[in-house]
Amino acid sequence: MWLIKLSWKNIWRNRSRSMITIAAIFFAVILSVLASSLQEGVFDNLVKNVVSFYTGYVQVHQKGYWDEQVLDNSFPATASLQHQIIRNKNVSALTPRLESFALASSGDITKGALVVGIDPDRENDITSIRQKIVDGRYLVDTDRMVLIAQGFAGKLKLKVNDTVVLIGQGYHGAMAAGKYPVKGIIKFGSPELNDRTLFMPISAAADLYGAGGMATSYVLSLHDLTRLQGTASAISSSLGPGYEVMTWEEIMPEVMQHIRTDTNSMKYIQGILYLLICFGIFGTLLMVMVERKYEMGMLLAIGMKKRRLAGLLMLESMFTVCTGCILGIVVSIPLVYYLHKFPLRMGGETAKAYEKFGFEAVFPTSANPSNFITQGLIVLAVGLVLSLYPIYKIIRLDPVTAMKR
Amino acid sequence: MAALEKIPDKKETVIDAHNISKVYNADTVPVHAVNNVHLHLLKGEFTALVGPSGSGKTTLLNLIGGLDKPDSGQIYINGVDITRLSSGRLIDFRLQNIGFVFQSFNLIPVLTARENVEFIMLLQGKGSSVRDRRVKQLFGQIQMENKLDSRPAQLSGGQQQRVAVARALASKPKFVLADEPTANLDSQSASNLLDIMLKLNREEGMTFLFSTHDQRVIDRARRVIRLVDGRIVSDTAAVSTAHTQ
Ligand SMILES: Nc1ncnc2c1ncn2[C@@H]1O[C@H](COP(=O)(O)OP(=O)(O)OP(=O)(O)O)[C@@H](O)[C@H]1O
Ligand SMILES: [Mg+2]
Repeated sequence: MWLIKLSWKNIWRNRSRSMITIAAIFFAVILSVLASSLQEGVFDNLVKNVVSFYTGYVQVHQKGYWDEQVLDNSFPATASLQHQIIRNKNVSALTPRLESFALASSGDITKGALVVGIDPDRENDITSIRQKIVDGRYLVDTDRMVLIAQGFAGKLKLKVNDTVVLIGQGYHGAMAAGKYPVKGIIKFGSPELNDRTLFMPISAAADLYGAGGMATSYVLSLHDLTRLQGTASAISSSLGPGYEVMTWEEIMPEVMQHIRTDTNSMKYIQGILYLLICFGIFGTLLMVMVERKYEMGMLLAIGMKKRRLAGLLMLESMFTVCTGCILGIVVSIPLVYYLHKFPLRMGGETAKAYEKFGFEAVFPTSANPSNFITQGLIVLAVGLVLSLYPIYKIIRLDPVTAMKR
Repeated sequence: MAALEKIPDKKETVIDAHNISKVYNADTVPVHAVNNVHLHLLKGEFTALVGPSGSGKTTLLNLIGGLDKPDSGQIYINGVDITRLSSGRLIDFRLQNIGFVFQSFNLIPVLTARENVEFIMLLQGKGSSVRDRRVKQLFGQIQMENKLDSRPAQLSGGQQQRVAVARALASKPKFVLADEPTANLDSQSASNLLDIMLKLNREEGMTFLFSTHDQRVIDRARRVIRLVDGRIVSDTAAVSTAHTQ
C-alpha cells in the first residue's frame, strides 16, 4: 500500500513531464481508437454497399457460369437445392435470379440490355432494391412488366408506362422476344448497372427465355459476415462439384483490392502511433532512470530490495500509462459514437471515385466496443513491455556506482 | 567521559575487519584504495575516519557497509562474514544491521521528514504503532518535532542531515556509517549534527563510524583512525581495543 502511495507521489514529482507523457498516451489512444473504428466502419459500410447494391454476400451458380455467363449454364432451381443451401445456419436469406443479355428497343433506339429475372419479395430482402425506385412502382410476382435502370431509361427515352421490346436468344438456342410495359425506374450508383439493366419477375423472364424453373444464380445473405469464407466453402462442399460458390470478394475483386489498400494504410498510421507511444513512454523512463539514479542507489544502499524498487518503478509507469489510456478511452467513446451517427463525408475527387463504384462517399466509424478494448490493451501492453527497461536497469544497478557523482 | 560509563563493561564487537584490501584498475595502473586494513569496532564507539582526499575513507566505509566487496580479507559484522553474502542477502543484511548517512541527498524528496524516517521501518515490515513511537522518539532526539510534515526541500541542509541520522537509527541497526555527513554543512550546522550524533551515541548507545575532513568534527570524536594511501597510519584507540580482545 505504501509502495503504491510512494509511486503515485513519484509520478507527480515532475508534474509537467508526467502530464506530457499522459497527454501523449491520451492522444495516441484517441487517434488509434479513431483510426481502427474508422477503418472498421468504412470496411463494413463498403461491404454493406457492395452487397446491397447487387452481388449479395455469396452467390451459387452452375459450375462454369462465372466464366461463361450464358443461359445454357443455368441450373434447375429446385426446392430441394434451396433447402440444401438454407440448411447452413449462417445463411439468412436466398433469392434466385435468371440473368441474360438481350436487345432492348423503344421506338427506333436499340441497346444491349442485361435482363434480370428476380423474385420481387426475396430480392428486396437482400438488396433492398425497392428503395432504389425513383419513379413508378415495384414489381409483384405475377407482373409481366419491367423495372428499368435510370440511365438506361434515358438512353432508350423510356418513361413509366411506356413499352420496351426485348429480343434475344433463349434457353438452348430458342428465340426470345416480348413486349413489356415499364412499371418503375430504379437508380443505381454504379454506372455499369445503371446504364443497361432491366428487372422483371423471374417467372416472366423464364417465359421470355423459355427457361421455366431455371436460375442462373442464387444470391445469399449471411448472419455472421466474419465467417464469409468458411460458409462459402461449407456450402460448396455440401453441393458438390456441379456448382460454383463465390463470395462477394471473388465476384468483385476490385472492391476487395480497394479495401485492402485502405486497410493497409490505416495499419501504417496505427503503427506510427504505437511507435510514438513507445518513444513517449521510453523517453520518460529514460529520463527518470537518469535523474533518479543516485536516489535509487541510495535506496538500495539503505536496504530496499531490488524487487521492491523495480515494483515501485513498474507501478509508476503503469499508473502513467493507465491514466493516459483510461482518459483516452473515456474521451474517444463519445467521439466515436458521434462519428458513427454523423459520419465524415468526403467531397471532390474522392467522392467521385467512390460514386464510380456506386457508393456514397461517407465514412461512418464502427462503434464496436472491441476497438476500444483492443486499442486500450495494446497501449497497456506496450507500457508493460517498456516497463521492463527500468527493471533491467535496476537488476544491474550497483549502489556504489549509482551514488558516485 | 561520564557518558562512556553508561556503556556496559563487557563490550561487544560490532565490526571486525581482517586484512581487507581493495584495488582499483588492477590491470592498468593499480590503485590500492584500501590496503591491508584491520579494523575492530566495539559497541558504543564514536569513531572518526580521517585522512587526505583519496586516502580510501569512502572505499573503506563502503566495504564495511557491504556496499562493495573487498578483493581480499574478511569483514565480520556481529559475527557474520559479509564478504560471503550474496548481493541479494547483503541488501537485507544492510537493512537489518547497518544505518547509513550519506554526504547529501539522503532523503526521498516526495516524502515528508516523518515519512522518510518511517520508510526504512516499512521496509523492515514494522507495524504502525511501533513506527509512530519510534518516529516521535527520534524527532524528539533530533529536536525536529515541529518539522515532521516538512518535505526535504523545505528543510535546511543541517535539518536534512539530522533527519537522515534519525532514519539511520530508526531501523535499530548495530551501527551507523556516515561518509562525510557534515561536508555540505556550515560550521554551526555541522556542530549541531555532531551534538545530536553524540547524544544518540550516549542515549541509545549507538555505534558511529564516520569519515570527515573537518578538524572541529575530528576534535569531538572519541576515537580517530587516520588513513593514508589506503593504510591505517594511526588509531587513537589501538591500544585500548587491543587489550579488550
Ligand atoms: N570506482 C573507482 N575506480 C577507480 N579508482 C577509484 C574508484 N573509487 C575510488 N578510486 C580511487 O581510490 C582511492 C580512494 O578513494 P576514496 O574515494 O575512497 O577516497 P576518500 O578518502 O574517500 O577521498 P575523499 O576525501 O576525497 O572523499 C582514490 O585514489 C580514488 O581515486
Ligand atoms: Mg570520500
